[in-house]
Amino acid sequence: MIKVENLHKHFDKLEVLKGIDYEIKEKEVVCVIGPSGSGKSTFLRCINLLEEITNGAIYIDGVKVNDPKTNINDIRTEVGMVFQQFNLFPHMTVLDNITMAPMLIRKLSKPEAEKLALELLDKVGLRAKADNYPQQLSGGQQQRVAIARALAMKPKVMLFDEPTSALDPEMVNEVLDVMKQLALEGMTMVVVTHEMGFAREVADRVVFMDGGFIVEQGDPEQLFGNPQNERTKAFLGKVL
Amino acid sequence: MDFLELRWDIIWNYRELFLRGIWITILLTISGYVGGIILGVLIGLGETSKKKWIYWPSKLYVDLFRGTPMLVQILIIHLAFIPAIFGQSYGFMVSGITALILNCAAYNAEIIRAGIQSIDKGQMEAARSLGLTHSQAMRKIILPQAFRRMIPPLGNEFIALLKDSSLVTVIAANDILYAAKVVAGAYNRFWEPYLVAALLYLILTYLVTKVVAYVERRFSNSYNPRKKKEGRVAS
Repeated sequence: MIKVENLHKHFDKLEVLKGIDYEIKEKEVVCVIGPSGSGKSTFLRCINLLEEITNGAIYIDGVKVNDPKTNINDIRTEVGMVFQQFNLFPHMTVLDNITMAPMLIRKLSKPEAEKLALELLDKVGLRAKADNYPQQLSGGQQQRVAIARALAMKPKVMLFDEPTSALDPEMVNEVLDVMKQLALEGMTMVVVTHEMGFAREVADRVVFMDGGFIVEQGDPEQLFGNPQNERTKAFLGKVL
Repeated sequence: MDFLELRWDIIWNYRELFLRGIWITILLTISGYVGGIILGVLIGLGETSKKKWIYWPSKLYVDLFRGTPMLVQILIIHLAFIPAIFGQSYGFMVSGITALILNCAAYNAEIIRAGIQSIDKGQMEAARSLGLTHSQAMRKIILPQAFRRMIPPLGNEFIALLKDSSLVTVIAANDILYAAKVVAGAYNRFWEPYLVAALLYLILTYLVTKVVAYVERRFSNSYNPRKKKEGRVAS
């Protein structure tokens, strides 16, 4: 479903991604782990072209994302994204945050969009907060709304960029639970995370990145239980 | 002492001139400001553009009009620019409004640029990641938030323009200051006409301050759940 070929990314002279090849299949949950500065967030952001790709190619459902002829806005409607800092729209209510894009882009009517939004809020357990503003919610609640907002476009893939890193510890699980539920329902997910427990439990495959490369990848049992590469061992030794 | 012998009757004799002056000052200021907002939005957006051929002319425009005195701009526009382009002058009103628009646009552009750039870039990324185009994201997400932050400085600019409009007297505009000058010349008295002019400007700026404060209150409340309906205007 997502195919990454020889992906390179430079920020001016700094080379952040040094040639990534990877393929993510439909309904697969892939967790990307690694030390900070390893390029894992940049890798994720290249998938929906929030970062320009310096070299190489990414295909989603066979469509080359970084082809000048590709309409990137169409691609992005199919790829949901959840950010570390939630990035809810503070001038809109929770409900409006979720209905805005479906109404504007999918051309849903207001009642249709609101029905969808309330269903999604049920799913993340926040229907009661529909008329609140983001500032009135806790971090964990905001992140669950952000997930609902992304789901409202009915994406084929969900990208999560360290979704729990900005949360107080006691709120991490409410967000992870929503993500687990999503994985069980068969959503294709790419998750950049420091939550090793989540990766181990939910991921189909885990990717370890360091220094702009994929150093090692495999199913979680193998990668966590019997890492082959020295750098993977060193990293896991520190975080587990 | 002069103070004790103020002759307010000379102002009364010229009341119509002062009333006309108030009207002209208001007209100059409002026309200049409205035009300055429209042009300022375009130039301000230009200053946030990544395209060099849009960015540089916008930046140059702002530097040029902020870096030169408005008095000089008024004289150039009235005496040189308009006659050169149209072959004749169209009077102080056309020249005055043109100068005020061009000057005000430069300041407003800076306010608008700063307002847009003060919005966290995660907002744009979140909007784009949902599939909104750049201009949709601007209209729905960035500008409604930026606008709230722009209200106080835009209000200040209105007040500044109201006062600076008095510079248009140099090209014989019959605004408030002109009325004062006429009275001063006619009676060779200076306290009464200039104090009255100052007082009239003070009253006008005070009224503007009140309007700006109201607008500010009205919009900053829209994140407030008790005024939910207003918040939805932006969506």
